[in-house]
Amino acid sequence: MAQIICRDVVLGYEGKIVVKGLDFSVFGGDYLCIVGENGSGKTTLMKALLRLKAPVSGQILTGDSLKPYEIGYLPQQTNVQKDFPASVEEIVLSGCLNRCGWRPFYKKEERQIAEDNINKLGIGHLAKRCYRELSGGQQQRVLLARALGATRKMLLLDEPVAGLDPVVAAEMYELIAKLNREEGITVIMVSHDIAAAVRYASHILHLGYEPLFFGTKADYLNSDVGKSFMAVMGGAVQ
Amino acid sequence: MIEIIDKLALYFQYPFVRYAMVVGVLIALCSSLLGVTLVLKHFSFIGDGLSHVAFGAMAAATVLSLTNDMLLILPVTLLCAILLLRSGQNAKIKGDAAIAMISVGALAIGYMVVNVFSASANITGDVCSTLFGSTSILTLTQTEVWLCIGLSVVVISIFLLFYHKIFAVTFDENFALATGTKANFYNLLIAVVIALIIVLAMNLVGSLLISALVIFPALSAMRVFKSFRSVIICSAVVSVFCAMLGIIISTVAGTPVGSTIVVVDIVAFALFSSVGLLAGGIKA
Repeated sequence: MAQIICRDVVLGYEGKIVVKGLDFSVFGGDYLCIVGENGSGKTTLMKALLRLKAPVSGQILTGDSLKPYEIGYLPQQTNVQKDFPASVEEIVLSGCLNRCGWRPFYKKEERQIAEDNINKLGIGHLAKRCYRELSGGQQQRVLLARALGATRKMLLLDEPVAGLDPVVAAEMYELIAKLNREEGITVIMVSHDIAAAVRYASHILHLGYEPLFFGTKADYLNSDVGKSFMAVMGGAVQ
Repeated sequence: MIEIIDKLALYFQYPFVRYAMVVGVLIALCSSLLGVTLVLKHFSFIGDGLSHVAFGAMAAATVLSLTNDMLLILPVTLLCAILLLRSGQNAKIKGDAAIAMISVGALAIGYMVVNVFSASANITGDVCSTLFGSTSILTLTQTEVWLCIGLSVVVISIFLLFYHKIFAVTFDENFALATGTKANFYNLLIAVVIALIIVLAMNLVGSLLISALVIFPALSAMRVFKSFRSVIICSAVVSVFCAMLGIIISTVAGTPVGSTIVVVDIVAFALFSSVGLLAGGIKA
């Protein structure tokens, strides 16, 4: 059974319909890239998947024992965070908060999970450092470690390499691919970067064109919309 | 020096001076705990806005000659706090505009109400002491002191019990919401607590200077410390220390209590800033 099923979903923003006819399923272990231009509804779709925003119509279901709040989310950085005095440990630990319920303090096992995630992402040496003093790539790793605290099954990444330089961006992509491959974590990534999408993803959802494209990477490369995008990029990928 | 200590010893024999000290320290502690969250959420002005609302409510209560003006001030301030903080990051009218609107609106209405309807002969004096809290802290009754102690205990326990949630909601509201933390509930909680503190603090520094108690200790601590927990602890310590020092200075030198505390807070901020600059310079 699929982890996420979208049935004829229509999404809108302040009364205006942005995307309609969304029909797709995401299975455990998939790596789905949601691509499309600005304004094509990527962010709105992501908010709907996270249940921050209700769809105008249609249904978004979770299945395969994925609970609605078990999606680890890697948001884009907000202004608040740029000057936030918090240590890496504190931030990663806050990802485990949904395991606490009403209990006011973290248990040992939650601290252990946080520590494991910090080490897994190779930021163990930064654990005591202040978040605002880290480089962009290191900050993204911290937020990714936090997201892993909230889930064992699915990650939802919003432009995870925005603002990173190419080398760091490539490292970030490799890291995400590794989590998908070795831990079996389902990845849903919102991205501008179609080249990276066809390189790493197993499935592609292309918003902004009628009809919307959803399918495997191989289908995408053979589809009209896929071909036209690949042609623009000079077929550099493959 | 000995003269000053003798003078202090004499003053502290009076219960009202001791009351002022207890209340001052408690208010400083409570406001600094929440101050860090408010500063980080870019809501530094919320203290200012809410205190003007409290001023407006107090004016209305005076005119209606209520025996216990808290009955009006507290609910009105709570309501405004909830309106302002409820929407958090995803608000339509952004925080600063909404706060400015409510703040000056309440101030204007409050002053007008007092001027038009008040029977008091000394309107300017009344308004001035409400705005700057010039003497009211020295006229506290025992009941008020106990009320203040009770409310402080509530505020501090709420803060300790929900510390981790408050951190998560402050750092990243959307992440908290997406992973199942009831961010809206905690925003509401923060709003309620801050409203309680404002109403408490009006007695100490008056409604114009409350923001200083809320933001200065937090900003000072943020200059030097780098983790959320150390910032909170440092801010509480700085705030309590400044409040004590301010009350002592004002007792000895006869300066207004509220503004003396704020001046001490400013000096502390200057000190912390230079320490922060120095430490940063050494590291870099």
